[in-house]
Amino acid sequence: MDMHRQTLTELCAGLDKGDFTSVELTQTLLDRVAAQDEKLNAFITVTSTEALAAAASADKARAAGNIGALNGLPIVHKDIFCTEGIKTTCGSKMLDNFISPYNATVVQKMADAGAVILGKSNMDEFAMGSSNETSFFGPVRNPWNLECSPGGSSGGSAASVAARLAPAATGTDTGGSIRQPAALTGTVGLKPTYGRVSRYGMIAFASSLDQAGMITRSAEDAARMLGVMAGFDERDSTSIDQAVPDYLAGIGESIKGLRVGVVRQHSDEGLEERTGARAKDAIAVLESMGATTVEVDLPNIDLSVPTYYVVAPAECSSNLSRFDGVRFGHRAENAEDLLDLYCRSRGEGFGDEVKRRIMTGAYVLSAGYYDAYYIKAQQVRQLIADDFKKAFADVDLIAGPTAPSPAFKLGDKVDDPIQMYLNDIYTIGANLAGLPAMSVPCGFVDDMPVGLHLVGPHFGEEMLLRCGHQYQQETDWHIACPEAFK
Amino acid sequence: MSVAWEVVIGLEIHAQLATKSKIFSGSPTAYGADPNTQANLVDLGYPGVLPVLNKEVVRMATLFGLAVSATVARRSVFARKNYFYPDLPKGYQISQLELPIVEHGEMHIIGVDGMEKRIGITRAHLEEDAGKSIHEGLDASSGIDLNRAGTPLLEIVSEPDLRSAKDAVTYMKKIHTIVHYLGISDGNMQEGSFRCDANVSVRPMGQKELGTRAELKNLNSFRYIEKAINIEVERQIDLIEDGGTVVQETRLYDSDKDETRSMRSKEEANDYRYFPDPDLLPVEISNEYIEAIRATMPELPDAKQARFIDEYELKSDDAAILTASRMLADFYEGVVKATDATAQVAANWVIGDLGGALNRDGLGISDSKISSDELAGLVDRIHDDTISGKIAKQVFEAMWDGEGSADDVIESKGLKQITDSGAIELVVDKVIADNLGQVAEYKAGKDKLIGFFVGKVMQETKGQANPGQVNQMLRDKLK
Repeated sequence: MDMHRQTLTELCAGLDKGDFTSVELTQTLLDRVAAQDEKLNAFITVTSTEALAAAASADKARAAGNIGALNGLPIVHKDIFCTEGIKTTCGSKMLDNFISPYNATVVQKMADAGAVILGKSNMDEFAMGSSNETSFFGPVRNPWNLECSPGGSSGGSAASVAARLAPAATGTDTGGSIRQPAALTGTVGLKPTYGRVSRYGMIAFASSLDQAGMITRSAEDAARMLGVMAGFDERDSTSIDQAVPDYLAGIGESIKGLRVGVVRQHSDEGLEERTGARAKDAIAVLESMGATTVEVDLPNIDLSVPTYYVVAPAECSSNLSRFDGVRFGHRAENAEDLLDLYCRSRGEGFGDEVKRRIMTGAYVLSAGYYDAYYIKAQQVRQLIADDFKKAFADVDLIAGPTAPSPAFKLGDKVDDPIQMYLNDIYTIGANLAGLPAMSVPCGFVDDMPVGLHLVGPHFGEEMLLRCGHQYQQETDWHIACPEAFK
Repeated sequence: MSVAWEVVIGLEIHAQLATKSKIFSGSPTAYGADPNTQANLVDLGYPGVLPVLNKEVVRMATLFGLAVSATVARRSVFARKNYFYPDLPKGYQISQLELPIVEHGEMHIIGVDGMEKRIGITRAHLEEDAGKSIHEGLDASSGIDLNRAGTPLLEIVSEPDLRSAKDAVTYMKKIHTIVHYLGISDGNMQEGSFRCDANVSVRPMGQKELGTRAELKNLNSFRYIEKAINIEVERQIDLIEDGGTVVQETRLYDSDKDETRSMRSKEEANDYRYFPDPDLLPVEISNEYIEAIRATMPELPDAKQARFIDEYELKSDDAAILTASRMLADFYEGVVKATDATAQVAANWVIGDLGGALNRDGLGISDSKISSDELAGLVDRIHDDTISGKIAKQVFEAMWDGEGSADDVIESKGLKQITDSGAIELVVDKVIADNLGQVAEYKAGKDKLIGFFVGKVMQETKGQANPGQVNQMLRDKLK
């Protein structure tokens, strides 16, 4: 089989068997990126030279018997991860000139495991967006229909994996930014438990919600990636010091007896009918495999979007203050004075959506409004987390649709932030509660893929991956490839 | 007719904690390095970096809390104080607002009126320092040095319990002594390791409500604090008596012009948009931790002073001087332990000759050119009559100049007191024979002349004869 069609797991076996070298594989994928990415705009930076050098040393390491878990496997990093010596833009004009002097922990761990970086993927500016249209570098197109959005903010990562330009990519998820694009591009997206993967070197959007994860073609590939990415990092105070299990070990086990929760309160309002039906079909498949379904209550889940749009902007308004034109990033020319330097550097460097969220965040934190917005949102956040805790007393995981509809046309929602925000209605709860969640492809609506959303309890990644993998043994939605990228 | 005014002062003291590395990064905190050589990516606020709390600051804050009888919070929270300034790399300062690590402490001072006063300590919280802007020598542009950014500070906030500039200085000096005793701050005011802001207001004597306050910023010497507060008090009283009103504002003390001037009013004040820092977990402290820290608590100045009076029978003034710094007290106790002389004699030497020499050379006790053991060696030679107190001063100066131990100096300069009565008798006889006229006068009843004879003998022996012995021998022979 052509190398680009293979999953990460298959490529790993191919390298092990000596069917091809990492240099051959890397060259093949770089050629594909060169030929195909014009259509997609999934990459902000392609690192051909570095990739081939890394591939050559991976081949050498392999020959010496020194074989890391991702040895010689080409991957893509979302451009939110700092990569030493490589431009790291976060999708923003603000960082168009920023060469990171250090590697994010995730980047370093993957490099240590032998991974080869093909490049940095396009994304919504500072990960703020659900369609990839807020990127300074232009929107990413959906490989299933170039008129459509691949979702966001990890749109470039999702599109590159869906279009077989890379077998796997890293992503980050603050409110659904891995899972929603995975659903919209027919790929697998996993957001681990908050604290499972280090945030060090991942440019912060909303610190208490941000979590690194990955977009792959199968649950098995996600398990392979997570084993490398996860773990305590002393440089991230919010990372959790808990042993990393072998995520591949248990995925072959049956899901017989698995208790799958279906949320009673998820309103069907705004849910595209057939998208909802595909998720129900998928749950029926799980039942046919021995799982049981239980209705669960998440009485406050409808408040998750408004809660999120207080907490996330509040944190982002502070996190993005460091982009002031003084030490790095975009600096306005001929500033008259300090205030002018700040105002113009930030005014010129940030796009509209980022500005909107900074203003919202500054507002909800300001004197006189803090209690009514920020404190109230934190209280509701706690209620939502408590609801999930109660629900997980009765079920092993919670299932439903990932996004309310398949991919929408580029430009359709750009002028209506509320409609755009509602795209994350099913995914945001997991971020507010810090829970692991995954999207797996579960069918098509009008030839566009849709996803099944699985949410687990804290550190429930093994179960999510097993459920996803078992589902993929029974179904072949994840095998489907967009016609133009076969 | 003028009313009597009461002055109300509260201090916010910033004490730099003496950690090796910064509060949220591994950069060193040493003072005086070349600009930006002690700032890593975390201090520079680079994209993607995260703060990690230096646990040492928690220990130090806990120790301070216990030393001022405060409550050490079992759970405290770091918050972000958001504002833009070039020396603030992240655009926010990590501090503590609603849940500080130390609350409800107190300190007792002796006021100008000689009465003991209780000064409440509202809170003490941990925070990071900012960097500094440099304008000198850069023509039209400004430079930023981020070496100081991220240096740990303990901000100690008092209640408005102080009633005079002098009391404010007394209180601040006492806090200064305590942080030094605890070893949590070097208290170096020139380097900015210990500085304060003063909240100053006045009200007619007897009035309950506080007057409107002005905040005086960045006072970094005890002298300036007193001057700045007095000038501000004068300004406020003059203003009110002229029919004006004090506005709430931040004022800067200009030591060159000896005046305070407005920096910004309340209306212009920033809205700092404080919120809990999501990058840092709450600091949680167990009772066991607090007890373990308590067990390391050194003896504090008040207790040490009381013990010196009690155990060494020192005069209270001497005890106060000797306990003003932990190092001086340790030095003194080193002398006491090593000498056979009394503790008061040791105190006289430490305060008198040693203190004088340190003062003269502008040195601190840690720079003393004579160790406590060496000073004890000198005091012992007086005690065992090897040298007189007068000769000892000469020996001390030689020791100070690096000429060796007391014994070395006495030996090499031949300063040993002559106590051999045969040797003294020879000189005494010679002096009597040479001064027969005075002998006759003495015998005729002019007793005072005994001093003349003693002086002659001491002259002949170059001061080395034991004066008591000489005196006795002369009296016997001249009977």
